[in-house]
Amino acid sequence: MNRRDFVQMAGLGAGALMLPTTLLGSPISVEAMLDPILDNAQKKALADVALNTAKSMGATYADARIGRYLNQFVFTREKTVQGVQNTESFGVGIRVIANGTWGFASTNDVTPDGIKKATGQAVAIAKANSKIQKEPVKLAPVQGYGEVSWKTPLTKDFKEVPIADKVDLLLKANNAAMENGANFVNSALFQVNEQKYFASTEGSYIDQDIHRLWPTIGVTCIDRQSGKFKSRQGLSAPVGMGFEYMDGLDSEKIAGAADLMLYKMSYDIVEDATLAAKQAKQMLTAKSVEPGKYSLVLEPNHLGLTIHESVGHPLELDRVLGYEANYAGTSFATLDKWKAGDFQYGSKLVNLVADKTQEGSLGAVGYDDEGVKCKKWDLVRDGVLVNYQAIRDQVHMIDQNESHGCCYSQSWNDVQFQRMPNVSLEPGKEKYSVQDMIKDVEKGIYIAGRGSYSIDQQRYNFQFGGTVFYEIKNGEIVGMLNDVAYQSNTQEFWNSCTKICDENDYRLFGSFFDGKGQPSQISAVSHGSSTSRFDDVNVINTGRTI
Amino acid sequence: MAIYTKDEAKQILERALGFSKADDCEINLTGSESGNIRYARNSVSTAGHRSNQTLVVQSNFGKKVGVATIDEFDDASLQKVVALSEELARLSPENPEFMPPLGPQRYLDSNTFSQSTADITPEYRTDVADKSITPAAAKDVTAAGFLNDSSSFSSMINSNGLFAYNQSTNANFTVTMRSNDGTGSGWVSRDVNDINKFDAAEASAVAIDKALQSRNAKAIEPGKYTVILEPAASSQLLGNMLFSFNARNADEGRSFMSKEGGGNKLGEKIVDERVQLWSDPQNPEVPVSTWNGAGQRLERTDWIKDGVVQNLAYGRYWADQKGVDPVPFPSNGIMAGGDASLEDLIKDTRRGVLVTRLWYIRTVDPQTLLYTGLTRDGTFFIENGRIKHPVKNFRFNESPIIMLNNLEALGQQVRINGNLIPYMKVRDFTFTSLSDAV
Repeated sequence: MNRRDFVQMAGLGAGALMLPTTLLGSPISVEAMLDPILDNAQKKALADVALNTAKSMGATYADARIGRYLNQFVFTREKTVQGVQNTESFGVGIRVIANGTWGFASTNDVTPDGIKKATGQAVAIAKANSKIQKEPVKLAPVQGYGEVSWKTPLTKDFKEVPIADKVDLLLKANNAAMENGANFVNSALFQVNEQKYFASTEGSYIDQDIHRLWPTIGVTCIDRQSGKFKSRQGLSAPVGMGFEYMDGLDSEKIAGAADLMLYKMSYDIVEDATLAAKQAKQMLTAKSVEPGKYSLVLEPNHLGLTIHESVGHPLELDRVLGYEANYAGTSFATLDKWKAGDFQYGSKLVNLVADKTQEGSLGAVGYDDEGVKCKKWDLVRDGVLVNYQAIRDQVHMIDQNESHGCCYSQSWNDVQFQRMPNVSLEPGKEKYSVQDMIKDVEKGIYIAGRGSYSIDQQRYNFQFGGTVFYEIKNGEIVGMLNDVAYQSNTQEFWNSCTKICDENDYRLFGSFFDGKGQPSQISAVSHGSSTSRFDDVNVINTGRTI
Repeated sequence: MAIYTKDEAKQILERALGFSKADDCEINLTGSESGNIRYARNSVSTAGHRSNQTLVVQSNFGKKVGVATIDEFDDASLQKVVALSEELARLSPENPEFMPPLGPQRYLDSNTFSQSTADITPEYRTDVADKSITPAAAKDVTAAGFLNDSSSFSSMINSNGLFAYNQSTNANFTVTMRSNDGTGSGWVSRDVNDINKFDAAEASAVAIDKALQSRNAKAIEPGKYTVILEPAASSQLLGNMLFSFNARNADEGRSFMSKEGGGNKLGEKIVDERVQLWSDPQNPEVPVSTWNGAGQRLERTDWIKDGVVQNLAYGRYWADQKGVDPVPFPSNGIMAGGDASLEDLIKDTRRGVLVTRLWYIRTVDPQTLLYTGLTRDGTFFIENGRIKHPVKNFRFNESPIIMLNNLEALGQQVRINGNLIPYMKVRDFTFTSLSDAV
C-alpha cells in the first residue's frame, strides 16, 4: 500500500478494516496495549539466540530486531464513529551476512526455537544468493553501544488517553465544521507506537519506544445548483509526539496570511475544522487563476511536500545508484554532480539538512534499524550539493566511512534498508516575517497546505497543487484563487528561491506513509521550513469542463 | 502449508462458528504462499518467501461490531479469538451503518487457480532474473526487475448460512531496462494467473528493445497531441475512473458523477459511444474470484455501454437507504477493443505520440477527474504512419472522461494488472510540460 492510498483513506475516512493485516497486525484490547510482553533481559536473551546461532552457522555479521508495533486508528464522519482499530504486530527479524551476502528471515514465533529456525533460513538465503553476488557486502564501522535505550519525548501516551475522549474531540471538530457550513466532514486519528529492541554482533543492545501521531480532517462544501464541490483538508502535521499535540495551545499558533491559522507543535483541530468549513465555502466562488509566471510564497505545511519530493528522494543514495530503478526510479543528482563540488542545487540562500534527531519530528530516533546512533548532516550548503543519505553498506561508495544512520524497516517482518531522514530547509538568518514577504511581492500566489503532487522518476519535472491559494497583488492579499498548480524543474525551482522567512515561522510538515521498495514499505518523515519565496514559477490553470 | 482445501477450510470455520455467542458472526479464513526476487544493476538484490494464514472473526451485538484475528486454529485458539471479537464488539460504539451478514449465496464457478504457478520454485525465480540480466548485459543495458508469485485461498462462513471458498494463483513481473549511456529506458509489465502464459525472455526483450530505441530522445513542444496509448499507459486512468463509480459520493454531490441540481449521472452518456466497459470475474483471460470479502456474489456487470453509464457501485448500506439492489465494486475491468494491432494504429497515424506508460499519476481535480503524471520508459514521435524518433518525456494533465470523448480508434486488448485493456488512439491529449527524465 502506498502513501496515496493511505491519504485517500484518511481523506475519505474509510473503514480501517480495509487495511492489510500484514501491516497492521492483529486487533488487541486497549488494556493489553499497555502490558509490556517481555522485559529487556528476556529480549536480550532471545536476541543472543539469533546472534549466536548465526555466528555458529558461519555468518560474519548478524542483527536481530524484536519488534512490537502497536497502532490505534479512529475514523469518523459527521456525527458517526466509523471505526476504532487497535492492533498489535509482534515478531522478530534476523539479518545476517554470510559469504559476503545479505540474508534475511523473520518469524512471529518469538521463542528460542523459532528464532533459531529463522536465523537458519536467513543464513541459508545468504549462502544461496552469494552464488550470484558480484561484490561482497562492505559495512562501515560502527561502535558497539552496549545496553542503551531511547524514547520519544512525550507527556501523553496515546495508549493511556481514553478512546471516548478521542471520539468526543473528533466529533466536536466535525460538529464545528457542520455548524460553519460544511456539507460533509471526515476526521481520523492515526496513532503508532513502535517498541523495538535491536541487537547486533557489533555489541549493541538498543531498546527504543517510538511514538507518532497524525490527526486528519477533510471538509467538503457543495453547491447543488451548479453541481460544484470543494474540499479543504486540515492544516495539521503528523508528528513524533504524544497525544499532547492535540492540546491546541495558543502559544503554538501562528496567524497566517488572509484568515489562516497555522500550527507549530500543538494543534487545535476544532478551530481548524471551523476555518476549513468557512474556507471551503469561499472556494466555491473563488476566482479561477490566470495562468502565467508568478512569485510563489510557500507556507511550510505546503513547502514540506515539495522538499520531500524534490530534495529528499533524489538524494537517497540507493536511488542514485540504480537500486530503485524499477519502482520509484533513479535520480538526476548523479555522483558526478556531487563529486564536482560545485553543483548549484539551489540559490545561495538554500541550506538543506538531513536530521534524525530533531525533537517532535517523525524521523527522530536515538539509533537507526542497524544500530547506528542518529545525527544531523548537510545535504546542500549555500546552494551546493554536498552529500547524500547513506547507510552502513553504502557509504563506502561515496568514499565515506561513517553511516548516516538512516536505515529503517516498517516492521519486524521486513528487511531494513535506506530510508529518508527528516530533510529540512534552514530558516533565513535575517529577521523577516511572512507579512514582510507578502509586502515585497508584486504579482504572486500564497499557497498553504498539502495538495496534489507528482514528479518524474529522476526528480526533474514536478507539479504541485495545495490546500488553499491566495492571490497577491502589489504587496497585498486580494482574494482566494482556484485551479492553481505550479510546474517546475527541481534545480530551476530551488535556484529561484529569493527569500526565506526567519526562524519564528519555522514549522514541520510530515509524510506519515512514504512508500519505497519492492515489496513496498512505508516510513514516516518530517520536513521543516519557514515560508519561502520562489520567483518566476510557471502556474497552470487546472479547471476543466467535462 | 498455508493453503487449505475447501473441506479443510470449512471444517475450521465451522468449529470457530460453533463458539459464537453474538447476534451474528462472520468468519473469513485466508492463506497464501508467495515468493519474490528483486534485481538491480544486473545483479540479484533481494529474494524472499512469505507464508501466512489468518482467521478474522467479526461479531456483532445489534450495531456494535468487533473484529479479532488469529493465525492458530486449534480449538482453544478459535474459542479465544471468537471471545475477543465479542468483547471488542461490546466495548465499541454503535455503527449506524452496520449491515448484518448476508444469507446463503449461489456463486459462479471460478477459474483462478493454476497448479504450475503454485509450484514455482526459487530456482525458477533465479532463472527469470537471469533471462533479464544476461540479454541486457549483452546489449550494454542494465536490468532492474521484480517478480512476485503467490498461491492463495479465501474462504468464509457466517451465522446466516453463507459459505464461500476460492483458490487462486498470480504472478506479477516488471522490469526496467536502462541503456548504459543513460539516455534510453524501457519497461515491461506482465501478469498472469497461469505461469505457463509468461515468457521472461520475451518480456525482457520488449523492454531491452524500448531502452535501445528510446536513446537520445529529442524534445518536441508540449501541447495537444494525438496519442497512441499502450494498455499500460491508460489502465491506471481507467482504473481510477472505475473506482470513482461510487453511487454514494455521486448522490452526496461530491463526485464527477454528481449532477447539477442533485442526483447522479446513471443512464447518461458521458463518453464516446464506442466505449464499452464492464467487469467479469469469469473472463478466461483475467479471472478473479466470483465473490468478494463480504460474501457478495460477483458477476458480469456493465459499467459503460455505448458511452452510457449503466451502473454505479452501491454498498449495502447505501443501497438499503436508496431502496435499490447493492452493486459491489468490480475486481477487474474489461474494455472492448478492436482488431487493429499496434502497428496498424501507428500506420494510420499522420502525426502523433506513442506512449509506453504513464507514471506518478495523481488527482488534480476530483470534480472533473483531472489527473497529472508523466510519460516514462519509451515515448516516440509518429509521423506519416511510422515511428520517427524517440521524444523526451512529457507531463500530462488530462481527465479519462475527456480522453474517452476524444477517442479515435481502438486496437487489440492486452492483459495489464488483471484488467483487459485495448490499445487506444486519442486526439488532443494534453501534455503541459517537458521532463528531462530518462
